[in-house]
Amino acid sequence: MRRVVVTGLGLVTPLGADVETVWKNILAAKSGAGQITRFDASGYACTIACEVKPAGTENGFDPNLRVDHKVQRQVDPFIIYGIDAAGQALEDAGLTDMSEEERFRAGCSIGAGIGGLPGIASESIVLHEKGPRRVSPHFVHGRLINLISGQVSIKYGLMGPNHAVVTACSTGAHSIGDAARMIALDDADVMLAGGAEGAICPLGIAGFAQARALSTNFNATPERASRPWDKDRDGFVMGEGAGVVVLEEYERAKARGAKIYGEVLGYGLSGDAYHVTAPHPEGSGAFRSMEMAMRKSGLAMSDIDYVNAHGTSTPLGDELELGAVRRLFGSEISNISMSSTKSAIGHLLGGAGAVESIFCLLAMRDQIAPPTLNLENPSDGCQGIDLVPLKAKERKIKAVLNNSFGFGGTNASLVMKAL
Amino acid sequence: MSETADRVKKIVVEHLGVEAEKVTEDASFIDDLGADSLDIVELVMAFEEEFGVEIPDDAAEKISTVKDAITFIDANKG
Repeated sequence: MRRVVVTGLGLVTPLGADVETVWKNILAAKSGAGQITRFDASGYACTIACEVKPAGTENGFDPNLRVDHKVQRQVDPFIIYGIDAAGQALEDAGLTDMSEEERFRAGCSIGAGIGGLPGIASESIVLHEKGPRRVSPHFVHGRLINLISGQVSIKYGLMGPNHAVVTACSTGAHSIGDAARMIALDDADVMLAGGAEGAICPLGIAGFAQARALSTNFNATPERASRPWDKDRDGFVMGEGAGVVVLEEYERAKARGAKIYGEVLGYGLSGDAYHVTAPHPEGSGAFRSMEMAMRKSGLAMSDIDYVNAHGTSTPLGDELELGAVRRLFGSEISNISMSSTKSAIGHLLGGAGAVESIFCLLAMRDQIAPPTLNLENPSDGCQGIDLVPLKAKERKIKAVLNNSFGFGGTNASLVMKAL
Repeated sequence: MSETADRVKKIVVEHLGVEAEKVTEDASFIDDLGADSLDIVELVMAFEEEFGVEIPDDAAEKISTVKDAITFIDANKG
């Protein structure tokens, strides 16, 4: 099987819109949370979110850098975030000028969990108030989930596989795993892989709040709301943005002298077959997903140094995931550090798995584990493992495991290792 | 330039993201301003909103330059 490595990274997040700014803020234990500014959320159960900041403000995102004006007008925010992150990743990899021959073998697998919810909501109102002849001709292709891959392929001329995963909050991890397989199986030599989300809108916040998934006890102190494994946690904080990586066949990357962040060694997938929103009570799906990724990687449990957990800060999920990690690692659990970066940037839903995979790669590059913010009083059952509370931790990190789980009982795990 | 022309030009600049100088009366939406057929549908909708006119599909198909749009609007607005 052909080996697959990561040679480029791109990020748009609530803590910055380029990889180094985001990482610096993550390591400095900054939070991207605040009151919702996109709409008047007073009267909503949850009034807070981790929004991508406007251009010209601290850690802001300027869509004009990589997305055409016309495209910006036509598409939902998740597509804009995705196009920019993909562009960053290609630039980082030095692959913006590939030959036509190379571009036949270069593709996209960039998905989202929900897609164009803000645009669907607002255009429904147009239809209702003004009638069908006022609905935008760009309505459909400006909201579809696969239109990040579509737009990116057109912008950069990538004519290989054009794919988009939709697996709720595990989309980003599945996207990378599936794309890595496409390279391993010789469908492509280069893949842009990742996920995006931009669902901070009235329907998105109301819907997740009604599903009892969002934090509602910290509306006055948003930076304290996302607190994985802490006793006072009461739900996740919605984030937005995108993470995209360049995956490349190893021999090709080596031959061109590419900077290599790490190798995708193992990919695991599973289904809970239990409940649409609640995780399996024994963490069975999470366990089998991790177990498969570890088995495929060929690594021993003792080789893993850092785990970036799904860890959304919901009452049920965090401890079940930790229980599954404990079962998988056995006594080796005392040697790993595990943290949830959702404590800093919130839950990017379909973007989460990709953004967090990038943090895993940077943790290996810089030999430092990013912190779990607000973990002041760990729940019972969180003993015997380093959850990197409050402050980043310098340590040896050679191999990492990244988990993402989604509504519908879908699970994905990735194992990556420095070369 | 007439008041209609000014307002048409503004809409075209905003929707197509082109420089204002390029939007001359002789400019073709597709050949000179980079629009595709869906962009024209959107522009026609924007003209309808802005000027309170109705531009039926068969009339819209004949609008290919900035001048065509201005002429139709001036002839049909209330």
